[in-house]
Amino acid sequence: MANSLRGAGAITGLGMTPMGRIYGKTTNELAADAVRAAIADAGLTKQDVDGLLINAGITGFTGGGIGLGLQNYLGMENLRLLNHMNAAGSTAAQMVQYATLAIDAGMANHVVCVFADAPLAQGTSAGAAYGGAARSSGRPKGIAGLHAAAGYFGANTPYALAAQRHMALYGTTQDQLGTIAVGQRAWATKNPLAQMRDPITLEDYHNSRWIIEPLHLLDCCLVSNGAVAVIVSAAEKAKEMPRPPVYVLGMGQGHPGDVNRSGSEWETETGAKLAGETAYRMAGLGPADVTACELYDCYTYTVLVTLEDYGFCQKGEGGPFVEDGKLGPGGALPTNTGGGELSAYYMWGMTPLSEAIIQVRGDGGDRQVPDNSVVLCTGNGGNLSYHAALILSPERN
Amino acid sequence: MTTETPSKPIPEPDDASAPFWEGSLEGKLRLMRCTACGIARLPAREHCDACLSTEYEWFDASGGGSIRTFGVMHQKYHPGFYDELPYTVAIVELDEGPRLPTNIVGLAGKKAEVGMRVIVDWERHDDVALPKFRPA
Repeated sequence: MANSLRGAGAITGLGMTPMGRIYGKTTNELAADAVRAAIADAGLTKQDVDGLLINAGITGFTGGGIGLGLQNYLGMENLRLLNHMNAAGSTAAQMVQYATLAIDAGMANHVVCVFADAPLAQGTSAGAAYGGAARSSGRPKGIAGLHAAAGYFGANTPYALAAQRHMALYGTTQDQLGTIAVGQRAWATKNPLAQMRDPITLEDYHNSRWIIEPLHLLDCCLVSNGAVAVIVSAAEKAKEMPRPPVYVLGMGQGHPGDVNRSGSEWETETGAKLAGETAYRMAGLGPADVTACELYDCYTYTVLVTLEDYGFCQKGEGGPFVEDGKLGPGGALPTNTGGGELSAYYMWGMTPLSEAIIQVRGDGGDRQVPDNSVVLCTGNGGNLSYHAALILSPERN
Repeated sequence: MTTETPSKPIPEPDDASAPFWEGSLEGKLRLMRCTACGIARLPAREHCDACLSTEYEWFDASGGGSIRTFGVMHQKYHPGFYDELPYTVAIVELDEGPRLPTNIVGLAGKKAEVGMRVIVDWERHDDVALPKFRPA
């Protein structure tokens, strides 16, 4: 029997600000720009919106991030749904999930989900925006201080260590990771919103400096200022609205945790497996039905391991699976078709979600995929700790 | 003060970890073990994260383990590490089960490898010693 939530909700509005090294706006102002654009895109007025879900980026931790105060900043009165959510990079997909559940339950009609971040300051490096804790003075407290004492810093370290283990267990190569970076850059050359639009070769990849072996600079995502907002509505209403509906056919989450002892396989077996099983079951679909992927890609390795856990290939075969370039333009499984977080913009889970909406609507222009009937959109956060999935389609059935 | 070479971040004992650091000064890798389910853990909290029991005992681990995974750090994060770049940062899985972030020392030109057998090698500081590991 079909799940009643399959196709119950649809994304009806998308608003995006310029992204990258853009300065001079607070996160509230960026969020307001994205929300205004999303409401206009959906053909709604502010008064039609009765739900607001908010996700601050890294500035939610370092200061200056959006929060519940955004409601009053936007002058939204009598909301029926409101929360400030943070499950790291999985939040964007999760916001769409909770919005869909609330709408299906009759708790709201049109829910705005918004992400905004502005970690980049003029004249500072991208790395400075995210490595802040490493520079804090004073002694770290207790056993947790072993990380800093070992020089185990940032997100780069756990992802490099995860990739290293995959390479050791399965023979995954640097060339295979590099192929992902090259393919996504090729997509980015076709995306006017992308921050990095010059094509790269595998040689460029190998020549890019080491961050932490086995990750080169070109294995790592960008850092961006900007905001993205999406509107979720009931599917019944969506078909009367101006833009092509993006139906939510499947939803799932998986959060494996890391108990930090023998038995955990956090490095190579991610929450994508559990999230995928749930989302595929709701949608009545499987990996063979997916025509394009928009996968959270904080690192090249994240893409590779995520593809395995969604069943596009066997565990450990992600390297051989990607090495023919099938993820890039003209390939058999178009993936991260706007350039992703590696080459386009880093809006946490809104990066894959915004590109999925563009593709499902058929708005991809030069980068439109040949078949947009089933798009898998994922979010990942923490150290491969938090995962959420959406299966999106232009068709409700 | 501003002219001093920046020092590395050295952990400060807290209530939960004090016996661990006391052990470190004696060259003992002192861990907690849940007396309800028997699972060993690093001393980060009073309860066992496997079964939530608050019953535990302290014991001295063997100091042996293996490299779960590692990386070679090139990025400048903390000034205290600038002189050592690139350095090997690793997760070592102790034979008793817990994993800890650490550095692999004494490689003498050898490369670290996933699965490599290692043994604790204490790095002494004023009021704590840090558990580093070298090839066994």
